[in-house]
Amino acid sequence: MAAPDPANIFSPVSTPANQIHHLSLFVMAICAAIFVVVFSLLVYAIVKFRRRADDDGREPAQIYGSNQVELAWTVIPVLIVVVLFLAAARVIHAVEDAKMPPGATEVVAVGHQFWWEFRYPGQGFVTANELHVPVSDRGHPTPTHITLMSADTDHSFWVPRLSGKTDLIPNRVNSMWIDPHETGTFVGQCAQYCGTQHAKMLLRVVVDSRADFEKWAANEKNPGAQVDTAANGRKIFESTACVNCHTIEGTNARGKFGPDLTHIMSRATVAAGAAENTKENLHLWIKDPDAIKPGCLMPAMQMSDQDIDAVTAYLMTLH
Amino acid sequence: MAASTLTVPQAEVPMSPHLRGRVGMWCLITAESAIFTIFVVAYLYYAGKSTGPTPREVLEVPIFISICLFSSSFTIVMGEKAIHRGNIKLFTAWLFATIILGAIFVGGSLREWYRLIYEDGVTISSSLFGTNFYSLVGLHLSHVIVGLTMLSTVLIFALLGRVKQEHAERIGVLALYWHFVDTVWVVVLSVVYFIAR
Amino acid sequence: MLDADSISKPMFVPPEGVQARPWLDRVHEWIVTVDHKKLGLMYLCYGLLFLVIGGVEATAMRIQLALPNNHFVSPQTFNQLFTMHGTTMIFFSAMPIVFGIAVYLVPLMIGARDMAFPRLNAWGFWMSALGGIILYFSWVGGSGLYGAGGAPDVGWFAYAPLTSPAFSVGHSTDYWIIGIFVSGFGSIATAVNIITTILCLRCPGMTLNRMPLLVWLNAVMAFIVLLAVSPLTAAQVMLLIDRYLGGHFFDTQAGGSAVIWMHFFWVFGHPEVYVLVLPAFAVLSEVIPVFSRKPIFGYSIMVVATLAIGFISLSVWAHHMFTVGMTSYANAFFVASTAAIAVPTGIKIFNWLGTMWGGKIIFKVPMLFCVAAVCQMLIAGLTGIMLSAAPFDWQLGNSYFVVAHFHYVILGVIVFGVFAAIYYWYPKATGRMLSERLGRWHFWLFLIGFHLTFDFMHVPGLLGMPRRIYTYDTGRGWDIWNLIVTVGVVFQALAILLWVVNVFGSYYKGEVAGNDPWNAWTLEWSTTSPPPDYNFATIPVVRSARPLWDLKHPEDPDWKYE
Repeated sequence: MAAPDPANIFSPVSTPANQIHHLSLFVMAICAAIFVVVFSLLVYAIVKFRRRADDDGREPAQIYGSNQVELAWTVIPVLIVVVLFLAAARVIHAVEDAKMPPGATEVVAVGHQFWWEFRYPGQGFVTANELHVPVSDRGHPTPTHITLMSADTDHSFWVPRLSGKTDLIPNRVNSMWIDPHETGTFVGQCAQYCGTQHAKMLLRVVVDSRADFEKWAANEKNPGAQVDTAANGRKIFESTACVNCHTIEGTNARGKFGPDLTHIMSRATVAAGAAENTKENLHLWIKDPDAIKPGCLMPAMQMSDQDIDAVTAYLMTLH
Repeated sequence: MAASTLTVPQAEVPMSPHLRGRVGMWCLITAESAIFTIFVVAYLYYAGKSTGPTPREVLEVPIFISICLFSSSFTIVMGEKAIHRGNIKLFTAWLFATIILGAIFVGGSLREWYRLIYEDGVTISSSLFGTNFYSLVGLHLSHVIVGLTMLSTVLIFALLGRVKQEHAERIGVLALYWHFVDTVWVVVLSVVYFIAR
Repeated sequence: MLDADSISKPMFVPPEGVQARPWLDRVHEWIVTVDHKKLGLMYLCYGLLFLVIGGVEATAMRIQLALPNNHFVSPQTFNQLFTMHGTTMIFFSAMPIVFGIAVYLVPLMIGARDMAFPRLNAWGFWMSALGGIILYFSWVGGSGLYGAGGAPDVGWFAYAPLTSPAFSVGHSTDYWIIGIFVSGFGSIATAVNIITTILCLRCPGMTLNRMPLLVWLNAVMAFIVLLAVSPLTAAQVMLLIDRYLGGHFFDTQAGGSAVIWMHFFWVFGHPEVYVLVLPAFAVLSEVIPVFSRKPIFGYSIMVVATLAIGFISLSVWAHHMFTVGMTSYANAFFVASTAAIAVPTGIKIFNWLGTMWGGKIIFKVPMLFCVAAVCQMLIAGLTGIMLSAAPFDWQLGNSYFVVAHFHYVILGVIVFGVFAAIYYWYPKATGRMLSERLGRWHFWLFLIGFHLTFDFMHVPGLLGMPRRIYTYDTGRGWDIWNLIVTVGVVFQALAILLWVVNVFGSYYKGEVAGNDPWNAWTLEWSTTSPPPDYNFATIPVVRSARPLWDLKHPEDPDWKYE
């Protein structure tokens, strides 16, 4: 998989991020202008009015103030503030109050300590940690609307190139949208401290072409064929505590506490971005999760290495 | 900088130090008002969102004890007037009346709580309403109890003959606290028993 | 008339032939004192001690973050470090320093002999001190530094429901609650004391519009404390009820609201930063005029601006909650109120500029720190404007950009202001001058370190680095910036070391200061250095905002121009 572009708020690929970008350039330009003017005056003052070595010791003229000057440097800032407010209010409204067109993809994101659950209610499947969305054409936008909820503490969904962040708060339903104009993988991570492994609650948004997205969604809907060579691993999985936390469609694993593993091999990473999805990392994750993500809620499974190998082999068939 | 080299017009003499107690008490009242405001905001925010018995079902407007508490503001004002005039005996009597009225308020409140807990099953942990009710009303009740403690301490000193006319200003500061507690009850009564019922 | 009492003598140096009192006696005097000068110094020393402790916690974090995937501390310890660092710096360093400066200077500057309630002053100090001790017991009370330990790890704003019993097992969060709760009583008591002192104990002739600006700014600060610390106290009571009595205020599993904690916390949290910054502005407003040799430009406007800041600061809190999902109208309101506060703040910067303009600026160390603080306030204010534009905050919020912004204010303005205050008033408090040479080294080293760390810290935020993460992967573009940020710490630590050497060394060897080493104009410079216990031999009578200017320039006194 190609390495995703670093998250840079100044290279937006989606409308909310774009609008924020334009606003930010405007605001920064005004701030830069203010800085140049005031800083120059300050530098000028401390250079021009420093006491000279040959000073005569008399006190300078004792000026108490000037009403005109005060008025000027009150009125001008007020005008600047009004302009900034109007610019910001416009973007707030454009992003927060945007109406979704009928063809929008609906996703429900549920934050957990320390992973992301993504449900596609329209399509009837659930996945985790890597969000697939279709690319959106500027002419005929097909945005993705994301409903945000939390199963435990506060989290925040932040993929800078796609949009600003919105929090996931328990007992509250929040809402955001993205309409990426380019395909590719975009990274982000949880941006609201949620506990020990907040740092490794990473996000990957994979923007597919329309065709690729349909293919991916179709695959997600199918539980996937059961591969005979992995039957042993599947048996071990189904008879240990794994099933208490994880769901694998087509088996008796129906746990909801941890990520859905039905198509785990379609993801590039495990443990919400903490490690690449390889055989070695899967093995390590089951054997000693604290080695990858110390303090996470996945317990060390206390299984023999052979059993873990079998389970890993089974998981690796779940494409 | 001897005082004789500069004369200062009478109008330019700032406030006197003998008003410190009153100013300090107003500051404390400001801070306490902010604390109560937060509890009232929480109460109003959660009004109607609770499970379990509703306020309408279990709360009865506590008319009698409220009248007692409000009357105690009147009695303490009478006490202040008495001590200003130097009539310590009368002051002591009005003070005693204030304390009795306050104690009735406390007793009546606790009786109401007993009924709510044991008959209606509303506790601080039973529901959002329970949490908010006991917190807000309890915060106020605790302030009444603190006030009663201070008033009783003054009563003891008065009975021991240690309270003099020159203490009138300090009694005024304590009375100011008591009036504040009363005013808070106006707000709490309105919010809990009328607005959010 | 010269007599023994009107000649400055350095602190603790007994006259010829007199035995110094036994040290136990002297310690006891400080423990039971109700003298505002001693209490002010105790507040200040307490705050400065915790500044160093908080700095050590920050250094540990910066070492951890200097390299990607570092293993200097565990994630659990890191989370405790940032919680303790923030809580320490705000509640047990900055606030005591601010109160110390106020409690020491306000009575002197208004011509009073002490605060309105000297015993309450002592009680307030000891409550504040107790709070810090309670909080710090958590580092050792639990299982210590390694493992889960007892120190809180919920962040200094302790968002619900992370603080609920379900997610915060054990007592670590309780240390956070109780430590701050206890010191909160001290804060409110001191605020009551400051306001009452200013309203009731001003010397004859000192009407409100003749008070030094430091006194005005501390009055508004105290008023904000009354209105802002109380909501935090209330919210903490609610949290305790949730944690121990089964309450549901913030219990999201039972219908409680996580957002309402945020509202209550930030109703405290935002005005709190004005509690910290107004006293720094106070220092700038006293020191800049003296070293520019001109009165403050626009005294009345500065007062009005201060009142405006105090008032508006109570209405901006939810700009910390732009990402929480409030309606567009609510977001827009808080954009407006937050941007509005830039106007009076800007006015202050312009008035300091106006004070320096046309003056004869003397670049002694206090002025160096003040000039840097003004420039840094400009930058911090501008990054604040950027954050006030809510959509921009949707990107920058909860990232290292915000961390850079608020450290720019707290370190760049407040701590620089505190250093200016110490260099300026240390001679008054101890009778000795601090070394100018060491002071310059302190200033330049700290300036370089500050800018290395906090200028470059903005960049990772712009590149998507959130705050409160104990590590990060390489390849995000953050590595070099984090390294530079950590390097800046070295310079700052060196600077602080030099400064500590200066403070202790000058105590014994510094040049004797005299009553008025800076040729200043406010009342504290009319008495000895250090002042006698009773402050003034006779209560002064004043006719203008600069009584000593009037005395030194009888041909051109200020009161002619009032």
